Amino acid sequence: MIKVEGLTKAFRGQPVLRGVNLEIPTGSITVIIGRSGGGKSVFLKHLIGLLRPDAGHVIVDEQDVTALHGRALDQVRQRYGVVFQGGALFDSLTCAENVAFPLREKLGLPRAETVRRVDAALAQVSLEGAAGKYPAEISGGMRKRVAIARALVIEPQIIFFDEPTTGLDPILVNTIHRLILELHSRHHFTALIVSHEIPEIFEIADSVAMLADGRIIETGPPAAIQASRNPVVQKFIRGEPE
Amino acid sequence: MNGQLPLLLRPVERLGDGALSIVESLGRFGGFLGQAIGIMLTPPFKWRAFVDRINYIGFRSLLIILLTGAFTGMVLGLQLYLTLSRFGSEAFLGPAVALALIRELGPVLAALMVTGRAGSALTAELGIMRITEQIDALTVMALNPLRYLVVPSLLAGLVSFPLMTALFDTVGIFGGYLVGVKLLGLSEGTYFGEMQTFVHMDDIMTGFWKSALFGVVVTWVATYKGFNVGHGAEGVARATTQSVVLASVLILVWDYFLGSVLP
Repeated sequence: MIKVEGLTKAFRGQPVLRGVNLEIPTGSITVIIGRSGGGKSVFLKHLIGLLRPDAGHVIVDEQDVTALHGRALDQVRQRYGVVFQGGALFDSLTCAENVAFPLREKLGLPRAETVRRVDAALAQVSLEGAAGKYPAEISGGMRKRVAIARALVIEPQIIFFDEPTTGLDPILVNTIHRLILELHSRHHFTALIVSHEIPEIFEIADSVAMLADGRIIETGPPAAIQASRNPVVQKFIRGEPE
Repeated sequence: MNGQLPLLLRPVERLGDGALSIVESLGRFGGFLGQAIGIMLTPPFKWRAFVDRINYIGFRSLLIILLTGAFTGMVLGLQLYLTLSRFGSEAFLGPAVALALIRELGPVLAALMVTGRAGSALTAELGIMRITEQIDALTVMALNPLRYLVVPSLLAGLVSFPLMTALFDTVGIFGGYLVGVKLLGLSEGTYFGEMQTFVHMDDIMTGFWKSALFGVVVTWVATYKGFNVGHGAEGVARATTQSVVLASVLILVWDYFLGSVLP
């Protein structure tokens, strides 16, 4: 269980998060929706410990991540996998080397075992043929899938997806969503997805939370969010202009 | 009260803010090196990254070092010959070229050349890694990015700068030989013989210490600027410019101080 309590953050006096409260049940797929620039990625960065809040707590299985530093924080991060918005693949490494990187550097696995797990991870995202290619040589959708394979290869308990389908065509969006759902049902990790792919994202979410004005204004199962009477939620879901 | 100082005192406040900001920046700059040195002293050491950085900073700068070294030596040979011949002292061309290169021009010019080629590239590379979240990716994998990206560069700078300076000096001395001996007719024995008499180990060590320090300064500035890049392509461009300018200025400043302190 990830519990977020009163998370507050401002940049140069400009508030971005104004006391976010949220519970993410273990093993669920929770989706954070909200407008661009609404603080979704900032919120995610607090959860993975890349940003420190001005106030509030992020509690991962009874451990307050916001109070941890150095090795203690790294211990919690050992359980994380993160898929960044642009993939964040290492340019100088091939796709296979990118996927192998956390295995080699974090787990120190023998070469044969590393190769076996890399092949399996790339096969899960249907990218066996791209193993020897560099990130610059593959498409945006393929890069996202390699990033998912890299996050998944260490078998993390929690995976964070920061807008995993931004910039992709509708077919690829659905492909990535289906892939996440399939991998989730196979590995049972806790997933937090930041997205504004409406309505496609409702198909894979167990729970949806809407972030607006630095607060979670509505949370619940996808059906409840879609039926919400909150005008801000409805306006966002329908994509009504200002 | 709105918390603002009276109009007359506001420039003083701004000056204070500026001074504080400079002190903070210097603190971060120093802290960055301190952290990197701390990591350098604790295992594991990333040999593969170190060898890659030696190639990136040192080996790929060879051509520019050879070219600039040769032409610097040739210019020195020509100008010093013309000057020394006015006093009838052209016999001292060899030691004059060698001392100028070994003590001063070799370490400084080699460092400036590598700053322009590898320092700028290093800042741009790390800057792009920062804005594309590759550095964040390392952090969330519970791997310290300084261990992978900064420490190997600092050590590669420390090792490769003295080697490149030695190469610059050697090529420069032969450039001076080409002009002084082959073109202007000075005897070969005089050129090298006088050099043996007047160039001492202290001179060579002065050049060595300078180049080793410049290696650390250039890679320190380049990696710090790359790590703390602003937003987007403009941020990377600005950081790259700042890195080259700051490293070049620091090379010249440290050259003066080391020149005054070293024998």
